[in-house]
Amino acid sequence: MSEPVLRVKDLQTQFQTRAGILKAVDGVSFEVGRGRILGLVGESGSGKSVTGYSILGLIEPPGRVAGGEVLLNGKDLTRLKGEAMRKVRGAQIAMVFQDPMMTLNPVLKIGTQMIAAVRAHDRVSGKVARDRARDALAKVGIPSPEERLEAYPHQLSGGMRQRVAIAIALLHNPAVIIADEPTTALDVSIQGQILAEVRRLADETGTAFVWVTHDLAVVSSLADDICVMYAGRVVESGPAADVIAAPRHPYTAGLLASVPAEHEPGTKLPQVPGSTPSLANLPPGCAFAPRCAKAGPACTTTPPVRQFEDGRTALCHYPIEPVSCQPPSSTSTTYRSAS
Amino acid sequence: MIGFIIQRVLQALMVVIAMSIIVFLGVYAIGNPIDVMIDPGSDQALREALIQRYGLDRPLFEQYFVFMNNMLHGDLGESFIYRLPVLSLIWSRFPATLELALTAMLIATCLGIPLGLWAGYKPESLSAKAIMAFSVLGFSVPSFWVGLLLIMTFAVELGWLPSGGRGPTTEVLGMNLSITSLEGWSYIILPAFNLALFKLGLLIRLTRAGTVEVMSSDFVRFARAQGLSEAKVVGLHVLKNISIPIVTVFGLELGSTLAFAVVTETVFNWPGMGKLIIDSITVLDRPVMVAYLILVVFLFVLINLVVDLVYGQLDPRIRVKAAS
Repeated sequence: MSEPVLRVKDLQTQFQTRAGILKAVDGVSFEVGRGRILGLVGESGSGKSVTGYSILGLIEPPGRVAGGEVLLNGKDLTRLKGEAMRKVRGAQIAMVFQDPMMTLNPVLKIGTQMIAAVRAHDRVSGKVARDRARDALAKVGIPSPEERLEAYPHQLSGGMRQRVAIAIALLHNPAVIIADEPTTALDVSIQGQILAEVRRLADETGTAFVWVTHDLAVVSSLADDICVMYAGRVVESGPAADVIAAPRHPYTAGLLASVPAEHEPGTKLPQVPGSTPSLANLPPGCAFAPRCAKAGPACTTTPPVRQFEDGRTALCHYPIEPVSCQPPSSTSTTYRSAS
Repeated sequence: MIGFIIQRVLQALMVVIAMSIIVFLGVYAIGNPIDVMIDPGSDQALREALIQRYGLDRPLFEQYFVFMNNMLHGDLGESFIYRLPVLSLIWSRFPATLELALTAMLIATCLGIPLGLWAGYKPESLSAKAIMAFSVLGFSVPSFWVGLLLIMTFAVELGWLPSGGRGPTTEVLGMNLSITSLEGWSYIILPAFNLALFKLGLLIRLTRAGTVEVMSSDFVRFARAQGLSEAKVVGLHVLKNISIPIVTVFGLELGSTLAFAVVTETVFNWPGMGKLIIDSITVLDRPVMVAYLILVVFLFVLINLVVDLVYGQLDPRIRVKAAS
């Protein structure tokens, strides 16, 4: 793996509430290389979206980034304030949100919003900004981009709007794009097109993606690497293909086992028992232990980060041995680059 | 768009007709104007002659049609008291009220929207809370009392501004306006501020509520993620999204200020339409009352029509619905 463009080290994001301090992100670390796609996987409430917002400095009170580093090309973003952070946002690191119906302003033309985004960082004339906006739309595969600039968001389909959002994120050729479940609200065929587009863009432009999702199928077909999050911590990380073929953490194994496509119709779908714990009331030690079939007496203490020989990690006292899990049959489509 | 305008104009016409009937009946119900006009000691023959002259012996619907027919020809009758055509009587007072109302709306808008934006942008700050407290005062303190306080402070105690009346006027586009001179402004500023206070409170609260809502929306977060400056986020994204309720209230308030600035006009002795209608009511000057109310209805309908058209410009989604 080449020198990482984004390196997140021991990130801590906390929310001050009446119930006390909630550690939404508790010591998350990962890195992404140029043109690589990292899948940040987890259930609702696992802290994956908050991680994304923390990286861009978009956490609002009562939340705050309480510790750790976010190194973008070696520069620590958590130390940047106000105007300095604004200059980075959208220029060097961009974000795409979950619901394309909500992320574009309904009363402004696509062109107006894109021109504002261009001129947020570059002092160019309206005409130059407009040309760049049009080119960006063309780059993400939007037909007749010139006309789309004159359109309002409600005149475009969900998939088109998400392409517009990605085009806006790409305007300044950022080193990294954080994508927060951008295909969750779209139907499957559109999702496939967008994933293919993103893979192509990552390969062509060298932009790295952090793809936040709860959907393992998406990650397995798109990402180079995976981080699985649970209750604010990374419980397992490694190359996507390896993690999916042979998960080391019982939680990852549970998630993989509950993907419907891997099972005979009519048979009962295995699921991870219980539900995500409340952050206000985490069990001591391993947060997953109460739901874990492999839990033992040691699990009431904080589990160690186990490093494996192939660059993988798992946060577990009793990681699964490589042989114990059958690799699932490969998914039908893959957007992973051949490299 | 043209279909939309025609539809709105037809609706407006219906409202005007319905209101004209209500106004006419209402005024008819308050009694015979002849009793007020003549000496109670006059003989029956004079009474009869006057009743006949004003057509009051005819059936009600006939009186209404005569009135409507005259109105369509631009004749709203003659004042019983001033012996002048009502229309020119009202028109002579209209510029005074118009400039007072517009100045008040200008003050309310130029102060209310920025203050509301700030209060919504930093809702937890001390300044925002102070603004909100002021806005509550703005529309809960009775305006005649504030008017008196303003006169006491700025005219009587400090002696900076005149206590009432209207400054010298110059004719602009056929209207006598006082805001063309500095002296005129010294007369208008107190009543205008007095009149603006309620609207100011209203606009602050409205703007703040909209801002708080829009600030937490996804597209504001997305705009920030693009690196847009806070000024741009508020000025471009927030302002455009909260403009519809603001325009609505602006229109309604402009209408009601033009029509019912009575209290302020009385306190500051401002020679506007409000004083005219109050005087007419006291002496039962029927044609002036009817004409005034019809004009008010017309004014409201016109302002709402403009507001509806502005909606379409502000929100493209409304345009689509109107076209389909």
